[in-house]
Amino acid sequence: MPETTTQCSPLLAQFGEGGLGQTRRPDRWWLAPASVAVGLAAFAAYSTWAALSGENYTFSPYLSPFYSPNFHVPRIHVSPALLVLWAPLGFRLSCYYYRKAYYRALYLSPPACVVSEPVRDYRGEAGILRWLSIVHRWFLYASILVLSVLWLDALRAFDFNGHLGVGLGSVVLLLNAAALSFFTFGCHALRSAVGGNKRCFNCSALGHIRYRSWRAVSYLTSRHPFWAWASLYTVALADLYIRLLSMGVLHDPRVLL
Amino acid sequence: MSEIHLVVNRGNAGDERGWDESFYVRASKGMVVLDALWQVQEQVAPDLAVRWNCKAGKCGSCSAEINGYRLLLCKTRIDSLPAGQPITVQPMQTFARIKDLVTDVSWNYEINRALPPFRPRESSDWRWFQRDITRVQEMRKCIECFLCQDVCHVLRYQRTEKPRYAGARFYVRAAGLDYHPMDDRDRLAYLREEAGIELCNVTRCCTEVCPEGIRITDNAIIPPKERIVDRYADPIKALLRRMLRR
Ligand code: SF4
Ligand code: SF4
Ligand code: FES
Repeated sequence: MPETTTQCSPLLAQFGEGGLGQTRRPDRWWLAPASVAVGLAAFAAYSTWAALSGENYTFSPYLSPFYSPNFHVPRIHVSPALLVLWAPLGFRLSCYYYRKAYYRALYLSPPACVVSEPVRDYRGEAGILRWLSIVHRWFLYASILVLSVLWLDALRAFDFNGHLGVGLGSVVLLLNAAALSFFTFGCHALRSAVGGNKRCFNCSALGHIRYRSWRAVSYLTSRHPFWAWASLYTVALADLYIRLLSMGVLHDPRVLL
Repeated sequence: MSEIHLVVNRGNAGDERGWDESFYVRASKGMVVLDALWQVQEQVAPDLAVRWNCKAGKCGSCSAEINGYRLLLCKTRIDSLPAGQPITVQPMQTFARIKDLVTDVSWNYEINRALPPFRPRESSDWRWFQRDITRVQEMRKCIECFLCQDVCHVLRYQRTEKPRYAGARFYVRAAGLDYHPMDDRDRLAYLREEAGIELCNVTRCCTEVCPEGIRITDNAIIPPKERIVDRYADPIKALLRRMLRR
């Protein structure tokens, strides 16, 4: 391997070839990456199981967000969730916040700030990972489509055979749609597309609208990590709730108007 | 609070590991770590090297690592650190040591010279609106403390030589110029090809340390990354551009 050096870092001189985890930080720096890893693994395990199960995903008038839009393609015998979930999954995998989260927690690059990482041929996002930025916007557009269907589902959840009503499930689906919207509309790619990519708002066409939308998206972007986690939980909990209703484990409290 | 136990990592040029030396100084109300180091200089070790200028958190000279965190010596109050425990102070680890707590940050000035500077638009009306300058103002808050360079793992642990990695401070400077309504240069090619912005993996340590609270990753790194995709990698945008050109 050709011997290369950083332009300025004397650290390798200090730590030698030192692998993972060298630091002078006295705190429990591993706590944050470890909890992220556990959180992501728990969601991955639950959602895979729920998506593959192919049953117990609806309890009239509710439909699990994992299974919406509920496509049934004749002669294709896969769980309907798999026909849809690629969009939100790809959106999250290529999201700038989740990238930070898994680069730190899973790829350990770096595991935490100023904690050394395994020495490897580092390419950052200049190599194959460049594709994450490229595809992110396409997953965003697909996710907005899925999200609009989830809003329809949330509204439908207030329709009990033609009677307007409120059930715990209606509230759960509504909150889930809201949390997913706060997450989706805080997307960095959207923030750029609506106006962030302009040097000057005032000199561009529709400058006022661009500026307003950029401000609104920026507000959500600054809270992107929060909504990323909140919506991950609401979506799993909404599925779990409907699953338990449909399995007869829980009873849905309702008020019909 | 009466006595403070300081553990200062000292050393001469070329000795990056250095040695730890303990000092005990009297505590007083509202004291910052730089005050404690002054006492050491005054009373015990007049040869202790530490760089500072304004003692007001605005010149960016006194960057160091206190208890392993990247902080300004003059802005870190003793009472914000865990009481009753020794306070460790070391120089920035990403830059070579000159003496004790003073490091050689001149590498940054070389990078700075390579960055395409402001070039005014021709015959423009030199009036602009607050909404167009807010983003510039955020970037102009930078005090060049280089803590963001010090904390960045690309500069700290990796051995990338090419493309040159300019580092967060210079993405901030480039963003401040790129957002300026009166500037007519385009720095995307520079950022991508010479400044190595794609090597950044948006893990945000720079944002976490910036004493000026600049949201470096959100506002100076991700936006150009998005514009790089717009320009170099988005097939639909490329098609539209080709059609419009015709
Ligand atoms: S976000 Fe990028 S520039 Fe900032 S510390 Fe991380 S890798 Fe370095
Ligand atoms: S961007 Fe912030 S951390 Fe970096 S040099 Fe400027 S003030 Fe310091
Ligand atoms: S002495 Fe100026 S920033 Fe600390």
